[in-house]
Amino acid sequence: MADLVSHSDEVKIVSRRFGQGAANLDRYLELDGYKAVQKALSMQPDDIINLVKNSGLRGRGGAGFSTGMKWSFVPKTAPKPKYVLCNGDESEPGTCKDRLIFEHDPHSVIEGVMIAALAVGSQAGYIYIRGEYRYLSNIMQKAIADAYARGFIGKNIFGSGRDLEIYWHGGAGAYEVGEESALMESLEGKRGIPRIRPPFPAVVGLWGGPTVINNAETLASVPHILLGGAEWYAGLGTPKNGGTRLFCLSGNLNKPGVYELPMGYNLKKMIEEVGGGIANGRKLKAVVPGGSSTPVLLPNEIDVAMDFDSVAKAGSMLGSGGVVVLDDTTCMVKFALRTIKFYQHESCGWCIPCREGTDWLKKTLTRFHHGAGQKKDIDNIQYLAENMLGRTFCPLGDAAAMPTIAFVKKFRQEFEDHLDGKPCPYEKNVAEPALA
Amino acid sequence: MKFSEEFEKRFADMLTHYPTKRSCLVPTLLYAQDEAGYLSDEVIAELAGRLELTELDVRNVISYYSMLTTKPRGQYNVQVCTNIACMLRGGEELLEHCKKKLGIGHKGTTPDGQFSLEEVECIGACSWAPAVQVNYDFHENLTVEKMDKVLAGYQEKK
Amino acid sequence: MADVNITVDGKAVKTPAGTLLIEACKSVGIEVPSFCYYPNLSLQGACRMCLVKVEKMPKLQTACTTVVAEGMIVTTDSDEIRQARKGMVELLLGNHPLDCPVCDAGGECELQDMTFSYGAAESKYIEPKNHREEQQWSPVVFFDRPRCILCYRCVRVCNEGMDVAALGVQNRGVSSIIAPNNEDHLECEECGMCIDICPVGALTSGSYRYKTRPWEMNHVGTVCTHCGDGCKTTLGVRRADTGMEIVRGDNRDKSGINNDFLCIKGRYAFDFANHQDRLTQPLIRKNGQLTPATWEEAFELIGKKFSAIREKDGGQAIGVIGSNHTTNEENYLLQKFARVVLGSNNIDHHRTADFPAFAAALRGRANATASMRDVYNAPAVLLIGNDPTEKHPLLAWQIRSNVRLHRSRLYVVNSQPIKLRRQAAGFQLIPAGAEGAFAAFLAGEDAALASLGGSKDGWTALRDKLKTEENLVIVFGSELREGDITALVKFGSAVPGAKFLALADYANSRGAADMGLYPDLLPGYLPVAEAGKFHQEWGGIPSAPGLSLPEMAESAKAGKLKALYVVGANPIARFGIDPFVFSKSFVVVQDMFLTETAVIADVVLPAANAYEKSGSVTNTSGDLQLVKKAGEVTGTKGDFEMIVRIADAMGFDVRQLVPFGRGTRADMGQTRGAQSGEADRHAVWLEANGLELKMSPFDPMAILDEIQRLVPGYNISRLALLSGNDQQTNFAASGPAVAQKPELIVPAADGLFRSGTLGRYSHTLHSVMENKDRQPSEEVAAD
Ligand SMILES: Cc1cc2nc3c(=O)[nH]c(=O)nc-3n(C[C@H](O)[C@H](O)[C@H](O)COP(=O)(O)O)c2cc1C
Ligand code: SF4
Ligand code: FES
Repeated sequence: MADLVSHSDEVKIVSRRFGQGAANLDRYLELDGYKAVQKALSMQPDDIINLVKNSGLRGRGGAGFSTGMKWSFVPKTAPKPKYVLCNGDESEPGTCKDRLIFEHDPHSVIEGVMIAALAVGSQAGYIYIRGEYRYLSNIMQKAIADAYARGFIGKNIFGSGRDLEIYWHGGAGAYEVGEESALMESLEGKRGIPRIRPPFPAVVGLWGGPTVINNAETLASVPHILLGGAEWYAGLGTPKNGGTRLFCLSGNLNKPGVYELPMGYNLKKMIEEVGGGIANGRKLKAVVPGGSSTPVLLPNEIDVAMDFDSVAKAGSMLGSGGVVVLDDTTCMVKFALRTIKFYQHESCGWCIPCREGTDWLKKTLTRFHHGAGQKKDIDNIQYLAENMLGRTFCPLGDAAAMPTIAFVKKFRQEFEDHLDGKPCPYEKNVAEPALA
Repeated sequence: MKFSEEFEKRFADMLTHYPTKRSCLVPTLLYAQDEAGYLSDEVIAELAGRLELTELDVRNVISYYSMLTTKPRGQYNVQVCTNIACMLRGGEELLEHCKKKLGIGHKGTTPDGQFSLEEVECIGACSWAPAVQVNYDFHENLTVEKMDKVLAGYQEKK
Repeated sequence: MADVNITVDGKAVKTPAGTLLIEACKSVGIEVPSFCYYPNLSLQGACRMCLVKVEKMPKLQTACTTVVAEGMIVTTDSDEIRQARKGMVELLLGNHPLDCPVCDAGGECELQDMTFSYGAAESKYIEPKNHREEQQWSPVVFFDRPRCILCYRCVRVCNEGMDVAALGVQNRGVSSIIAPNNEDHLECEECGMCIDICPVGALTSGSYRYKTRPWEMNHVGTVCTHCGDGCKTTLGVRRADTGMEIVRGDNRDKSGINNDFLCIKGRYAFDFANHQDRLTQPLIRKNGQLTPATWEEAFELIGKKFSAIREKDGGQAIGVIGSNHTTNEENYLLQKFARVVLGSNNIDHHRTADFPAFAAALRGRANATASMRDVYNAPAVLLIGNDPTEKHPLLAWQIRSNVRLHRSRLYVVNSQPIKLRRQAAGFQLIPAGAEGAFAAFLAGEDAALASLGGSKDGWTALRDKLKTEENLVIVFGSELREGDITALVKFGSAVPGAKFLALADYANSRGAADMGLYPDLLPGYLPVAEAGKFHQEWGGIPSAPGLSLPEMAESAKAGKLKALYVVGANPIARFGIDPFVFSKSFVVVQDMFLTETAVIADVVLPAANAYEKSGSVTNTSGDLQLVKKAGEVTGTKGDFEMIVRIADAMGFDVRQLVPFGRGTRADMGQTRGAQSGEADRHAVWLEANGLELKMSPFDPMAILDEIQRLVPGYNISRLALLSGNDQQTNFAASGPAVAQKPELIVPAADGLFRSGTLGRYSHTLHSVMENKDRQPSEEVAAD
């Protein structure tokens, strides 16, 4: 459905089978499918975990936690069943990569879940896909059914004597459900309210059992690591940031699209060369480097290697791989408002600072953008965001606060330009969107 | 309350996937809504009964998820994304256009019941922005002209 | 588990492992603010008020969810922390209506207190607040959305505490809202726990809202007068033209056996006291009509009549019927009055449990009765018969809490699928009436299986399982009588530490039985023939058993019972007695209302109720508690005073009835505050100073002395009692009793929303029942 693009700098690993009909099981097998899991079956669980640790694979869901490390936290023996949960909720604005994996290579996710399950000693995995992705859920459900039909999953997989069930699960529209503990609540049939931690999911997760939760791209990377080896994978990226990742280039670019590039690829180059530069001959104004939760970068801040540590050093985050590029016609107040509106709409409402904070930010920014702002509002917005930061129940509050603080700090002048009833210098004759 | 055979099959199947009954609630609600058009009192009572939940519990869950609705809406729900990536590429203009074209606002339904309109959050089409989902179908890289064609297409389908 | 050492604000704190940081702080007097944290309910971490600094943690941590760890160094107050809390309050106030001046919670609102502590004087927001109209969810529950701070206490207490689950959370984000289960109203047990637990004025009570300000009330801790569980309740009272009006009931100080629990009756059904039909003047039948009269006239008439009948026909020509709602002191005094002053053993009451059989079975066994506290702490509970959710709400709460918080094992054997089965580790359905067979089976009589149904293996497994339990609490309903109880106790003696609890229905049913409102039993279940020490103290009393309640009716019909004295009971309605039976007898009734029994009386004396007097009551589990005077209706008198005055009018030396020490007869002219609870406070001081504390013949404390001295099991710590604690009485030294006629036990037909005659005069209970379409199908009288 979504168009595929390509660029010569790409290193296609996770996207290797894109466009090749690999959703079909036979085709997947021709393209080395289910070899990795068979290899994993011949390995000791600890060896799998160490392999993944050494590969430098870090979570593609946003936080960038070492995947091998996460798996190693799961207790070897537990009174309750252990689970693997694939996070395919993909809802961070700017992110549209898991979607391509589900569409073009669903079996790689299944295989990744299987390997994770073997590594931690689990007998059941769930692949959670957001509700909006119905056509992808259909593809995934068929892939699972096909794999069952061949006996790849279910009882006695590949004659190993081991049982391993894999199930699909669907969401119904909620960003917060992408947060790992809210995801488990949702899967248990409840409202997507995050859980108190500790205990962490690796110890107490789904239905009280130890649970590994990984992003779909993370899990889809795992079979390749098993076949290619840890060193090979680690070598593709930068130190402590192994491999490649899918970058979703969007916004005012000539060639937006999802590109697989090595970790540590230069952001400036990514925008100018891979993304084809700014569209319509405009100039670059700002970049949101890792999904809407990450603080915005100015043009003079983008000469940065796109790996978790370098972007963090630059004052932002690599996040979920959503690179949103803004040209110089963008009103930053409006952009900030649209960002906050999203978090206001998606806050689960559990804790005071997130529930009330996002709402007041939205209200204040709306008024501000309409030209009724007062000078003290600018400080107020920052004060509010700072009051939320680090004090909310789950990271959604931070996700709303961090970019807001960056918008105000880096574009204060633009906020001031909206004062005193001055019309928005960028307004394009469009009434406010109605989203409540 | 009658659901399709396919629904029943999926439901029966899903029940076996989890250690607790209620676990299949969220996807089941969405499938039920697809068949019934919306989650009526009757549907809620039925599913609550099947999953041994209180109706309040089911309603609490429904009201949490933005795709679930307890009110009828049009045959085709036009969902225009205006989140950042789409906004940068004209998502809001598309929304305005649809409002004018369909003569309805956010969460409105045309009098003939054919279309509903909704401004939605990011639907995972950022690299192909601006994008619209009509029910579950994605329409991407849209312009106002392309949008007209999309709407016309559904209009013909009836 | 081992103790853990932590440091809080520089103080070294030693606390058991597993303690929450917020509790550890509290244990050394450091109050960490919180909205959502509530002891014994699930953790939320939602309000973020309790943020504290834990060394080595980058972010502030919630003290309410953090478990102490060895060596933890905690700061609970710093600029950063104060700013965080201030920020939360500011955010909350942003959408809050700030209608404190009219809000019921004003003055006792946690949000007000928090604002006061952390300050949020400047409003940073100028946009309109989110507003919603207030809603009425039930006759007793109102919801004011804008005041709600979403702490989820109400939802949790309803789900976890009550197991009712009538409240949930609807929508998400800033539109989140607490929602009732039935669209726009509640379908629930109407306990009002949600209202009490709400830290702000979001949930308010239909009966209290907009009535008064908290600081305009006096708060009196006393005991609920409805069912047999004896919940402590704090009544808010204020002055009214008619005396002191009760306007609110709650137990916010969490004192007493019920902690903060109250059911609908304890919380709202005090309103019978203010019913417009309350009698406020003595009535004397003149020319066939009950006509207002003075107290002097009434007492003189009664004294004359009673004396004359006693002289002419003897004491056996007078019958006395006591109450399950009057205090122990009144009950004791009443039977003493009957036996000593009237010379009659014709005294009875409406029995709702076989306490004589129970007392006899437990005779000689120390620590064999379970208190309400035991039910909350026991590792296992066996419940036979009854439906506590409906009839013993506190007991049900104790059981649920025990299962939830201590993982106690509950076994339920019942002829109905009662609600408590949801907490049960084992539930067995039996045919109606087979409770006794089950007791027999437990005691080893396998033949009883035939009446139980089900498989033999199942029953045997249950019995074996029960035998392996330790400190089992065995609770049984009035289905079990006589030999059933003996069998049950026999079984229990094989279980180490087993304790028993018999369920009776009214507020002082146990007290009435313990105090000897029986024709054949003296206080403490001593057969009248063996009067022993009572004989010595009281002088001669008749040694032949008197008439039971139905026998009194028979006797009146036969023209032998010449007078009937009814104190706080309604036998005509309760036992369906033909009123004409008493047409030839001289009938005196003390009551609040013109009941079915009062209308046939020759003299009706307007009585105060349990909320309007002082004394003690014993709940069904034998916990003795003080009742304190809260309300007052001008024109009524307490039953205690009326009994004494009748004795006086009969020419009896009241000093022999009430050993009131240094007082003189002149003291009878006034109550000297003795009824108002004043005496209690004096008493604490007097006792502490070794001084005599009896003040007037109307001082119930004077007769409590005698009760403590003479009634076995009642020699409790007076000081502990006076300071508001419950004290457990027991049966170990009680008399051997005599077999009772089991058919005289008639369970009350009360449920959650019914309370005999009292309930009939409660607007709240009526409105709730009407709302639920649970019309009172039959008018049920209490006694
Ligand atoms: C508000 C919020 C939303 C999130 N949404 C997603 C998501 O849509 N998809 C995802 O994979 N991870 C999401 N995450 C991250 C997950 O909590 C979790 O860290 C991740 O699934 C772990 O997988 P990984 O280690 O493979 O990245 C979200 C986190 C937060 C706080
Ligand atoms: S109604 Fe009261 S108790 Fe319930 S969430 Fe709101 S503030 Fe808390
Ligand atoms: S008391 Fe800790 S978050 Fe509310």
